[in-house]
Amino acid sequence: MLRFTLNRLLGAIPTLLILIAVAFFLIRMAPGGPFDSERQLPPEIEANLRAAYNLDAPLHQQFLRYLADLARGDFGPSFQYRDFTVTELIASGFPVSLRLGGLALLLALVLGVTAGTLAAMRQNRAPDYAVMAVSMTGISVPNFVMAPLLVLVFAVLLGWLPAGGLGDGGWRHLLLPVICLALPQVAYIARLTRGSMIEVLRSHFIRTARAQGLAMHTIVLRHALKPALLPVVSFLGPAAAGLITGSVVIEQIFGLPGLGRYFVQGALNRDYTLVMGVVVFYGALIILFNFLVDLLYGWLDPRVKA
Amino acid sequence: MHSHRLSLMGAVLAAALFTAGCGPAEQRTAVPIGGASGAELAERQVFRRGNGAEPETLDPHRATSVTAGNIARDLFEGLTEMTPDGSVKPAAAESWTISEDSLVYTFRLRSGARWSNGDPVTAGDWLFSLRRAVDPATLSDYAAILYPIEGARAIVAGEAAPDTLGVQALDEQTLEIRLAAPTPYFLGLLTHSMSYPVHPPSVERHGERYARAGNLVSNGAYQLTEWVVQSHIRAVRNPYYWNDAETVINEVWYYPIDNQDAELRRYRTGELDMTEKVSSRQVDWIQRNLADEFVISPYFGTYYYGLNVTRAPFQGNRELRLALSMAIDRDVITERISGTGEIPAYSWVPPIPGYTQQLPEWAGWTQAEREAEARRLFEQSGHAAESPLVLELIYNTDDNHRRLATAIASMWQEVLGVETRLSNQEWKVFLQTRRERRQTQVFRSGWIGDYLDAFTFTELLHSTYGLNDTGYASERYDELVDTAALEADPARRRALLEEAERVLIDDHPIIPLYFYVTARLVKPWVGGYVPNIMDQHYTKNLYILKH
Repeated sequence: MLRFTLNRLLGAIPTLLILIAVAFFLIRMAPGGPFDSERQLPPEIEANLRAAYNLDAPLHQQFLRYLADLARGDFGPSFQYRDFTVTELIASGFPVSLRLGGLALLLALVLGVTAGTLAAMRQNRAPDYAVMAVSMTGISVPNFVMAPLLVLVFAVLLGWLPAGGLGDGGWRHLLLPVICLALPQVAYIARLTRGSMIEVLRSHFIRTARAQGLAMHTIVLRHALKPALLPVVSFLGPAAAGLITGSVVIEQIFGLPGLGRYFVQGALNRDYTLVMGVVVFYGALIILFNFLVDLLYGWLDPRVKA
Repeated sequence: MHSHRLSLMGAVLAAALFTAGCGPAEQRTAVPIGGASGAELAERQVFRRGNGAEPETLDPHRATSVTAGNIARDLFEGLTEMTPDGSVKPAAAESWTISEDSLVYTFRLRSGARWSNGDPVTAGDWLFSLRRAVDPATLSDYAAILYPIEGARAIVAGEAAPDTLGVQALDEQTLEIRLAAPTPYFLGLLTHSMSYPVHPPSVERHGERYARAGNLVSNGAYQLTEWVVQSHIRAVRNPYYWNDAETVINEVWYYPIDNQDAELRRYRTGELDMTEKVSSRQVDWIQRNLADEFVISPYFGTYYYGLNVTRAPFQGNRELRLALSMAIDRDVITERISGTGEIPAYSWVPPIPGYTQQLPEWAGWTQAEREAEARRLFEQSGHAAESPLVLELIYNTDDNHRRLATAIASMWQEVLGVETRLSNQEWKVFLQTRRERRQTQVFRSGWIGDYLDAFTFTELLHSTYGLNDTGYASERYDELVDTAALEADPARRRALLEEAERVLIDDHPIIPLYFYVTARLVKPWVGGYVPNIMDQHYTKNLYILKH
């Protein structure tokens, strides 16, 4: 186990390095720079800025310097948000994204697995069709349609919930964003669970259990659920990363101060250090999630350990 | 605005005073509410405004965006202040004198002016601040706006030390500023955040973190108390502000909301008292449903298409440039496409007081007449409908720009048979393409004046100006602009600028399309909101009515 962990962690280092290098040179290749704007920037002022942010050095030197800073845990100053360092911006945005993504994932799991299991138990009957129809809608209606729609109904027309902002960070401000973020995942998890549950319910050991006269809910909960969750678990890694990093649209629509907005705005503003910081941070996060999923997988399916 | 006295609202004012803390103000003068109008102040004087994109910094010397400017205006106070009619009034300076050659300005600072921590604001603080603003180490994007001050240009370029700036503190309360050349708009420039003072001890103590909540000490009507990036910025009134007695609103919340649909929803739920903008797609709906709260007013900006005159087909072909311009029906553009009450533009400088618009003769024609002339000029330019001209029009990715470009392309097609290829580019890519001038033919552009003077528009098309992306270089035009820049006599200067604009419109390196407007939603309970061409709103002039 320890060896497995160590191997995985060591294996992550080259992956991260390649990621950093690719991201670093790609963003530099994008036309335009952080100090381009519609306003006049006299050449002498631009020269001052470039020197201050070390942009006047050759690119490979900038890269090496970036790596050296990174090794010390320094993501550098943000080009756009001049009063803040990238580390501070990530530290302020990530907890919001994490809370949003974490709650959405939890909601998606609970609803998705329940709905999928129910559908599998009533295969090809009304509940099954209902779950599948709803989940199809959930997958096909994009976030940016669903979110304004929910806001219109629950905030503007009914006035039950706020239309945006984090406020005090309470549930009223998070409810709609979490639901919007979770919906497509609920649908996806429900379909995954249903498919795999149907397969498991047809397997020999379940037939044995039924022959022994066990109640259906006992069979499902005690015997079928664990193996049926395997595909869900393997989906969990990318889903968690996707939820925590992919809330860009939701954060924008609800005006939440999460990390996703920095990613998009950083790229648009050519805020090199901010984009790099977010890429490295997300990269490390995704590697970590995949590693955790592997561990979980081993626990659910003993054959994996071998 | 706050000159009337009023004795009603005892309880309300007492409550407001109480929440304002124990400031130095002993007594409040009242606002023009009550009396005949019967209006009453709300108990909670909190103002919540949508504020566009997240401000890049709240350091007045490093901020460049409109949204940072909105906040800086509340936190800081310049020597002068712009009134809604565009004139300049005393602010941190009580009065001033201008030398006969218009080169030396002597300001008498307001006695009793204090920083938000209680320290007195001295002439020495102003000296420190102006030097800091032009110091290359401050990394100010906007330092060039202070070039009229003697020595500023050399300091920014790193050729002279900041203490060579032509500013002197004559005594605690007297500040002298010497200019490099007569600058008739100089008092207006002093309303810009680049000229705002910073609190020297705070800057020295906190360095780059000076503008953070908790560190920022300011001299305006409000002080910064909270800044959660991408969430909100909160300011409360500065009890030491010299005119705190006339401030009504106790607390301002600025919400960074760059998505206008989201901003509208939050406005509708009552989470915002005022929006920064509205999306043009929503204008119809707003006019049907929220007409009473929809405020539209002229803005000091021009939307135009630039023509790259350094390459074919526009190089040396004035007829073609004019033909394309005349073929555009600007009334259709402003009524059907932009649709927020924009003003059709046939000239370059937006209408402002103290300047006469230089309209070409054809501005007064009917569109049919213009189109006939456009066809004649087009033929004269060496093009004909049989051998269609193919043009590329680039614009930055945006729904409104796309709709406008599509409409104009079809007008050119219909009137002149010109085939236009539309090409959109992401903002920074677009800026670079435009600047390189290698491949552009027609490009979208817009210009918002930095200060209320025609010069901020005129200088843009000077051949040496960095943002002249058309490549227009006219000796006559340059000469007129250069002469105007040094002219001390306002009437002669105005005549020079107006003549320059006539030369420009005659050469037509740009196609002016419309003058911008500000369009936003303001709740009926926000009192004191006065639309103005620079779109500058000071929270200290606003108040919240009972609702």
